[in-house]
Amino acid sequence: MTVTDVLVCALGAVSLGAALRVVTSKHLVRAGLWLVVALGSLAGVYLVLTAELLAWVQVLIYVGAVVVLMLFAVMLTRAPIGPSDDLDRAKVPGVLIGGGAGLGLAAVLVDAYRWREVGLSDVEPGDAGAMGREVFTSWVLPFELLSVLLLAALIGAIVVSRPDVGQRSR
Amino acid sequence: MGLDAFGHDPFWLVIIKILAVFVFLIVSTILMIWFERRVVGRMQHRPGPNRYGPFGLLQSVADALKLALKEDIMPTLADKAVYFIAPIISIMCAFTAWAVIPFGPEVSIFGVRSPLQITDVPVAVLVVLACSGLGVYGIVLGGWASGSTYPLLGALRSAAQVISYEVALGLSIVAVFMLSGSMSTSEIVMSQGENPPIQLSLLGMELNFNVPGWYAILLLPSFIIFMISMVGETNRAPFDLPEAESELVGGFHTEYSSLKFAMFFLAEYINMFTVSAMCVTLFLGGWRAPWPISIWGEANTGWWPILWFLGKVWVFMFVFVWLRGTMPRLRYDQFMRLGWKVLIPLNLVWILVVAGVRVSTQQENGTTKTLVIGGVVLLAGAVILFYPRRKQYVEPATADLGLGGFPVPPLDLKVPPSPRTKKIEATREKASVGTDSKTDTTGEEG
Amino acid sequence: MSLSQWVPLVVLFTLATLFALFSVTIAPYIGPRRYNKAKLEAYECGIEPTPTPPGGSRFPVKFYLTAMLFIIFDIEIVFLYPWAVAFDSLGMFGFVEMLLFIVTVFVAYTYVWRRGGLDWD
Repeated sequence: MTVTDVLVCALGAVSLGAALRVVTSKHLVRAGLWLVVALGSLAGVYLVLTAELLAWVQVLIYVGAVVVLMLFAVMLTRAPIGPSDDLDRAKVPGVLIGGGAGLGLAAVLVDAYRWREVGLSDVEPGDAGAMGREVFTSWVLPFELLSVLLLAALIGAIVVSRPDVGQRSR
Repeated sequence: MGLDAFGHDPFWLVIIKILAVFVFLIVSTILMIWFERRVVGRMQHRPGPNRYGPFGLLQSVADALKLALKEDIMPTLADKAVYFIAPIISIMCAFTAWAVIPFGPEVSIFGVRSPLQITDVPVAVLVVLACSGLGVYGIVLGGWASGSTYPLLGALRSAAQVISYEVALGLSIVAVFMLSGSMSTSEIVMSQGENPPIQLSLLGMELNFNVPGWYAILLLPSFIIFMISMVGETNRAPFDLPEAESELVGGFHTEYSSLKFAMFFLAEYINMFTVSAMCVTLFLGGWRAPWPISIWGEANTGWWPILWFLGKVWVFMFVFVWLRGTMPRLRYDQFMRLGWKVLIPLNLVWILVVAGVRVSTQQENGTTKTLVIGGVVLLAGAVILFYPRRKQYVEPATADLGLGGFPVPPLDLKVPPSPRTKKIEATREKASVGTDSKTDTTGEEG
Repeated sequence: MSLSQWVPLVVLFTLATLFALFSVTIAPYIGPRRYNKAKLEAYECGIEPTPTPPGGSRFPVKFYLTAMLFIIFDIEIVFLYPWAVAFDSLGMFGFVEMLLFIVTVFVAYTYVWRRGGLDWD
């Protein structure tokens, strides 16, 4: 066990534990905070695996933007803030679906790599330059498709959130 | 000196550097509060604090001590855990950003050669941005957990403001990365030391000259946008809408007191220093000596650069105070319009212009060069052409005037029922009443 | 090598957390504690705290839309960064790629603007 192994395992465990708290917490905002912990420690895992850019993008986008949006949603709708019975989900189907999806994904991942070992010193660190060269040469198409996805997301956001906008178009 | 210089410090040196930054930040904050009050006082023709210590220098120290000895109030309606965590998050993010700020070049500290910077990483600027992004949590959670209306409104405003201007801030530094080819702060500072030669061939004329290395000169629009958005990002005047006293009392920290409030206050001032230091690092050559001094050969070696760095940072701190002393506060819609409708499109067009110019200088082929430049100019022109005009002010149909031309309250004003009658129902969910049937019953009772 | 560069950052983070934790924890103990019911109520400029905020029970959805726009532009920014850093090695191809991307996002942006999504009045 090297330091890297220990760190990856520890951060992974933190992430998993926090994720469990997200789904078991009966308090909407606290669930959001646990989500921050889960996503943050995932960023830590990326960092340990030398994917530096990815790690901070994870912090910037997921922790710094997506969860903020969720908290905004909670506050704006002024949904019941304290522990609420609405959050009492049906346990058995939830466990089944969540566990099934988790196991399936894990199986795919394990199958992809089997027992192949990748030395951390052999891979190029994922800093900005390396990522840029990869994304903008080998992965151009997904990148351009992403812009269309963003377009769709924005239009969707407008249509859903502003039903009144049709009247005030200029 | 590249990135390889980092990560080799013995542990005691790391601790010394970190403690030095800690002390620096706290002392600077205390000094800044005094400085702000004195300078604003001077601008308003009054002396400012001048009782304690020479020039009133000890005033902030006294205030800080007093604040620590004040009663710590935990409002009944507060969500205890979150109320407790929020100031901690603010401080965590504020301090962590300073891990990658370069103070100077490599010097010898107790016999160990080491750069005057806690650490540097290939994605350092992203770290600072992420820290300021996470700082939003302190605001949102602090305002929400107070369980009171004003802080909640203030938090929403603050957060919306910070995230809006973070986009403008993030976009404005893209051009810097393009020119420096790196996101590490120390390398960006190094790359501003060179004076790149530029060859321009305009209509057959050959122009050869050296551009100064500072990106503030090379990328002036980026610099201006960064300056504007850093004021918006730190919620300072004239963009201090979350603290609009007449509307929102104190903003998201209205319910906070004692050291918890002090934490928010400290974080706010550290954030001011952070954005100033970032601006200096990215646009003003970091710790490199400014022009007249840089003629002196020793200026950029040894411990001197700390002095230049701090000097530049304090120039920005003065600008912050100056703005506060001279500018009136913007309205919220004006503020948002500036951020979303002016800064962001300008930024995107500017990035494309810089990219176009840069890619065209790489091209050997003259036609491609002309095409790229022409295309970019066309794009910029199209944006200017289609830039929507400001909405015309429409005169209200009926003049909203009361007796004798003065606005008066409606004469059939009904006294609202006392909130005390509703208080029986008030629990932690107080702030959420209105979405369920509970409201109806209370309404009938009232 | 690359992990050791992160150690000082983690140390600073830990120290800052400890400092904040310490300050926030000792605050109730070094200050006076004088119980007063009114003091513990939500502060509303001396008025009795109102159970529902004035102007209805919900906030304008604009805030949500702003956060949504923020995510979109944040995603754009994180793609712009590696692109800018690697720009010199990408050359013309990279420029055209980003031009297409920015134009597409710009279309979305214009749509939002036209539908009044950026108006705050």
